[in-house]
Amino acid sequence: MTIQFNDETFRDDYTFRNSQWAIDRFPFPFHEDSYMYSVNMEQHQGGPAGSVFEKRFDVDEHYVSEMKDRALVLAEDPLRCQCLPHMTLAGWDLLELIMVSKSEDYPDLFELHREGNNWHWINKPLGIDHKFVFLDETTLPYGPMEYITRQSQGDFAVLDQRDDNLWMDAGMVTTQADWSLDFDIGMNFFEWHAPVPKANEMGIFVRALKFLLNIQQGTPARRLNWTMTVNPLLDTSPENYHKWGVQKTTLTPENIGTKQHLRVELQTFFRLPRSNALVFPIRCYLISLQDLVTVPKWGRRLHRVIRDLPVELATYKGFIDNRPMIVDYLSQFDDGLPTSDGIWPDKNTEPPLQT
Amino acid sequence: MSAGTNKIAVTVSEVVEVNELVKRFRFVRSDGGLLPTFSGGAHTVVEMHDGEIQRLNPYSLMSDPMDQTAYTISVRRDDVGRGGSLFMHTQVKPGDQMVISYPVNLFSLDLRARKHLMIAGGIGITPFLAQIKQLTATNGRFELHYACRSPALGSYVDELCDHHPNNVHIYYDEQKQSIDLEHLLDGQPLGTHIYVCGPKGMIDWVRGKAEALGWPREAVHYEEFLAPQSGKPFEVKLAVSNKVIRVGEHQSLLEAIEAAGVDAPYLCRGGACGQCETDVIGYDGKFLHYDHWLEDDQKASGKKIMPCVSRFEGKTLVLDR
Repeated sequence: MTIQFNDETFRDDYTFRNSQWAIDRFPFPFHEDSYMYSVNMEQHQGGPAGSVFEKRFDVDEHYVSEMKDRALVLAEDPLRCQCLPHMTLAGWDLLELIMVSKSEDYPDLFELHREGNNWHWINKPLGIDHKFVFLDETTLPYGPMEYITRQSQGDFAVLDQRDDNLWMDAGMVTTQADWSLDFDIGMNFFEWHAPVPKANEMGIFVRALKFLLNIQQGTPARRLNWTMTVNPLLDTSPENYHKWGVQKTTLTPENIGTKQHLRVELQTFFRLPRSNALVFPIRCYLISLQDLVTVPKWGRRLHRVIRDLPVELATYKGFIDNRPMIVDYLSQFDDGLPTSDGIWPDKNTEPPLQT
Repeated sequence: MSAGTNKIAVTVSEVVEVNELVKRFRFVRSDGGLLPTFSGGAHTVVEMHDGEIQRLNPYSLMSDPMDQTAYTISVRRDDVGRGGSLFMHTQVKPGDQMVISYPVNLFSLDLRARKHLMIAGGIGITPFLAQIKQLTATNGRFELHYACRSPALGSYVDELCDHHPNNVHIYYDEQKQSIDLEHLLDGQPLGTHIYVCGPKGMIDWVRGKAEALGWPREAVHYEEFLAPQSGKPFEVKLAVSNKVIRVGEHQSLLEAIEAAGVDAPYLCRGGACGQCETDVIGYDGKFLHYDHWLEDDQKASGKKIMPCVSRFEGKTLVLDR
């Protein structure tokens, strides 16, 4: 299918909207009526047709506007994109992975023609038609990682692997859930996860690291993570907390359905072939509560999850103060009926809301 | 999830006798497509169907990591080993169909290094051949010190010396030449990383000397794949799959588990990567731990075994598999 790209904003007037298509394919992250951390990894080898899991790098109706928002963030703060000197080869690996994947998965939108190291890249949605020499940085307007991630939705952490650990040595991070590349650059896996409550005591990180170190070429993996965001903001960074943090106080029972968003990250993991680094794309999907509760199963379940979430997690995820108002709102969409297993909307089998 | 990594069906396109002990094998994709690129130091696991026995042996990729048309490996014949290298030497011919794994790298270059100092012994030269090609393409700085038995058995010595006359140093045991290690390590510029691949004695020697000279642990890299040792047959109960299996004299415990149709994880099959670590539920007897993954206290605890290389002698062994 051909995607109709939205012209929308993720700041100021917030004209961001999800179409019915985007609502139906939203990656709802809760497979049951409660939530606790787990190393919920699975193979990233496709998924149901039309779902966000189907392609290696999902492209949707928000693509063009998200890339405009990224350019605005970078213009204000160039440190959102950093690449330590030894990570340039990993940047080329990432450029190749994305160009090859997108041109194969979306041939109507992207084309890649290669003759040896002479490459020709066509990105139709963004109007880019560019010939360059692979592995020759002087033929690109930016470093290879920055070049390709200015054309790809989601954040990218590029992790060096050495000493049985992973190191945050490069990245493009402009749509993050309140963490900073500039702060984390050069840290290892345990250092950058230090602020997360409970998970360390649960042994989550040791197991997760062991899994990640063993991700091999040809067998990428994925998981979902989530938080809550007031207003459809992509850039919820610590650097700009003074701009968006205060917006959390603007929530009222009247505007909560349109202002409060569930923010879901589709996190994937690919081994990069030439550098043996690991790339960790973190793709952000936003949905307003008002849109989300149009799926009866999701309305019931989100109410139960948010209501029962441990205090530490609601605090860490930044919505502890607004939780009572969110739970009040969502309770209107929970009639107490049981829900089916799994994350899918099951619109044809789950009963409508009983009133 | 299935054990190991994704597989690739390949055709043997060339077999070359490098010298009286070493043969080189070239693989191309059977479907005519391109192979994945890889990073220098990676290995592939080659599946061999030798009559009733299935063997999966890891070999370092020695070809140019950027060359997607073919992979090459070199196999040293071991006349007293369990038979994998003999199978490759005597049975595998051009045109044969084989299955190999996607590349896995457990011996990658540290790309932060200002200089890469490589120390190779014998067939341990193979991962360095790919790493040198990678570094040459990216203007990386390296120096190779390569010890082998004699000129006649010095695999790839001529090629290395021709292409990199200023960076390659050869030592022949037969001519009583040896690496002056202390001097070599002492004279390295700041930011140098050491890589060693060869016999166990050489690895221990280099690591020990580097440690004594105060080199940071993170700057010393080594790869040692152990071949599984033969030993007395023994019986094992697999508790999860509820099977009793027998491990043959020339079979590894991991191979016996696989032969019983039980899916077990692995990567290196040489006691190094830790992927096949298995919990012991009960035992009455003695473990023969040959891996270099488990810590000494773990080996003594009787709670863990690495089935790719380690064995057991005694009455009963029950594994969580």
